[in-house]
Amino acid sequence: MTFGVRSARVRYGDRTAVDDVSVELDAGSVTAVVGGDGAGKTTLLRALVREVALDGGTVTAPDKDRLGYLPASSGSWAGLTVAQNIDFVGGVFGLAGEALAARRAELLAAAGLTAAVDRPASQLSGGMRRKLGFCMAMVHEPALLVLDEPSTGIDPVSRIDLWRLISETAARGAAVVMSTTYLDEAERAARLLVLDRGRALVQGSYDEVRAGFVGTITRDRAAVRPHWSWRRGRERREYWPDADQPAGQAVVEPDLEDIVVALSLAARNREGAAT
Amino acid sequence: MRAMIVKEFRELVRDRRTLAMLVVMPLLLLIIFGYAANFYVSSVRSAAVGPQAEQVVSQAPAMFDFTVVEPSEGQADAEQLLQDGKVDVAFVTGRQPVLALVDGSNLFAAQSIVGALNKAGNSVTTQVLYNPDLKTSWVMIPAIIGLILTFVGTLITSIGLVREREQGTMEQLAVMPIRPTAVILGKIAPYFLVAAVDMTIVTLLGVWLFGVPFNGNVLAFALGAALFLFVVLGVGVFISTVSETAGQAIQLAFLLLLPQILLSGMIFPLEAMAAGVRWIGYLLPLTYFTMISRGVMLRGAGIESLWYAYLILAVMAVVVFTGATLRFRRDLAPGARSGHGRRGGKEPEPATVTAPATGGAA
Repeated sequence: MTFGVRSARVRYGDRTAVDDVSVELDAGSVTAVVGGDGAGKTTLLRALVREVALDGGTVTAPDKDRLGYLPASSGSWAGLTVAQNIDFVGGVFGLAGEALAARRAELLAAAGLTAAVDRPASQLSGGMRRKLGFCMAMVHEPALLVLDEPSTGIDPVSRIDLWRLISETAARGAAVVMSTTYLDEAERAARLLVLDRGRALVQGSYDEVRAGFVGTITRDRAAVRPHWSWRRGRERREYWPDADQPAGQAVVEPDLEDIVVALSLAARNREGAAT
Repeated sequence: MRAMIVKEFRELVRDRRTLAMLVVMPLLLLIIFGYAANFYVSSVRSAAVGPQAEQVVSQAPAMFDFTVVEPSEGQADAEQLLQDGKVDVAFVTGRQPVLALVDGSNLFAAQSIVGALNKAGNSVTTQVLYNPDLKTSWVMIPAIIGLILTFVGTLITSIGLVREREQGTMEQLAVMPIRPTAVILGKIAPYFLVAAVDMTIVTLLGVWLFGVPFNGNVLAFALGAALFLFVVLGVGVFISTVSETAGQAIQLAFLLLLPQILLSGMIFPLEAMAAGVRWIGYLLPLTYFTMISRGVMLRGAGIESLWYAYLILAVMAVVVFTGATLRFRRDLAPGARSGHGRRGGKEPEPATVTAPATGGAA
C-alpha cells in the first residue's frame, strides 16, 4: 500500500511551512526527507501523522493503530525504565502478557538495549534513547513508520545500529519515512525528497536525483560569483545552472550534498531575482 | 558586567510571566495585607430568641448584627442556627442571665464576641460551642486539609502534565490510538488518589494528634472533598495548558495559591475583610471547602445546611474541569499545533484526509 501527501500545504500564521509538497511512500521502502533547518521536514512528518492540520492538499496514512512515530524529541518517558516505556506503548497498542514480553525482548535485542532493560530512560545515552524511541515506535509493527531526525546528535556507531533497524523494518514490509540532515545517510534511502523553505526541490531515488541534476559544479580556492558558491572543506564549490562555467575551472562529480546545496541556492537566487 | 545586566533585562522583558509576577505580586500582597489582614471582626451575625429577644436586640452593642429575631423560639432553635452556620452568636432569653451561644468554629468572630460579652458582666452567660477552648488548631486543621488538596491538585498535577510537554511525549501521545479523554483521566486519576490519601492521613492525624473533633458525617465531608478536588484538579489541568515548562506551571500555581491561602477565610476571617477584597474570597474554591470542612468536622453540620457551598463547588467543578479538559484535549487533538485550529470531527478513515478548499482547517 502507498501512503503519502499530495499538494500538501501547511501555514503557521503568515508563514508557509510546507508549500505544495507531494510524496509517495511505498511499502517496503525507506524515504528520506532532506533539507536544512526550517525546510519543513518536521511539519511534513507531523502532517503525515495528522498532528498538524493541512491548509491544502491531502494526506494518505493508516489508522493510528498502524502508525508508528518517533518525534524529534527523545520519544520516551524519562522516569520510566526501558522495559516500562515499551510496555506502556505496547499496552496502548493492545499488546499484553507473553506477546508483549516476546516483542519487547526481540526489539531490545535488535537495538542492543537488552542490558539496559531496567535502566531509566533518563540514564541512557543520546543514542540509546533514540534507539529506545525507535523500538517504541516499532512495537506494534506499524504499516507506516515516521521518524523525525532519528539519528541527529548520536554517535556514528549508534547511527549504524539505527540504520540497520530502519532497513530491517522496511524489509518486513513497512513504509518508512525519515527526516535527516545527514546527507550521507539519506543517500542510502530508496527515495529522497529534498525540501527547502517548505518547497520540494527534487525527489526520486539517489540515482534519479543525480541523473536529473542540471548544470555544473566546479571547485576552486575562490568563487567567481559568491552568491552561487559555498565552502566545502578547504575549497569553494560553485554552481553553474546552465553549465556555462569559465574555462579552466575544475568540474566535480556532484554528490548529494552538492546537489542539495546547489538546488537550494538556485531556488533562493531565483526568488531573489523575482523580488 | 554591563553586558550581563543588559542581557538579563532583555530576557526579563521577554519573560512576560515573570515580569507580570514582579509587578502583580507586590501589588497583590499590598492589597491583601492592607485590606484583608485583619483578625478583628467588627460585625457578627447574631440571633435573639425567646420572650426578651427584642429587648436584647435593642440593648446589644452595635457589633451584633441581628439577622434573626424570633421571640417564639428557644435554645434548640438557637443551636440549630449556629450549627447551620447562619449566625455566629445566638442569645437565648427567657432566663436569667441571658445565655449567649457562640459558634467556636468561626474562631476570630468568636473571640471578638467573647471579648465583647465579657464586658457585659453577669447579665450574660457565654457558652462557646464546637470549639469551647477556642483552639486555633481546631479551625486551622480543617482548612489545611483543603490547602493540601489544593497543593496536590493544582501544583503537583500541573507539573505532572507539563512534564509531558517538556519531554516532548505529548506529541507521542497525540498520535497513539488512545482517546484524549483516556489520557486526561489516566493522568489525573493518580493525583486524585494521592490527594485523597493525603486528605485522609491529615484528617486522621488532626483528630488524633490535635484532638480536632469530627462531629459530622464522613460521607458529607468526602463529597465536599471530592467536589473540591475536581475544582483544584481542573485548575491544575488548566495551568498545564497555558504553561510550557514546569517553572511556568509552578509560578502560575503559586499565583493562584496565594490568594486562596490569604482570602479564603482560612487565616483571616472573611467578615473582617474590606468589602473590596472580600468578594475575591467568594470566588475562590478553598473558601467553600473551608466552610464545609469546618462545618462538618466542628459543628456536625449536614449537607442540608451547607448546600450552597456544595452547590457552588459543584458548579465550579463542572465549569473549571470541563473547560480545562477541553483545552487539554485540544492540545492532544490532531492539528492542534497548526496555526489554523484543529480539524474537528472523528478520527479520519485510513484512506485520505483532505484539507478544506478554502484553507484553514475546520
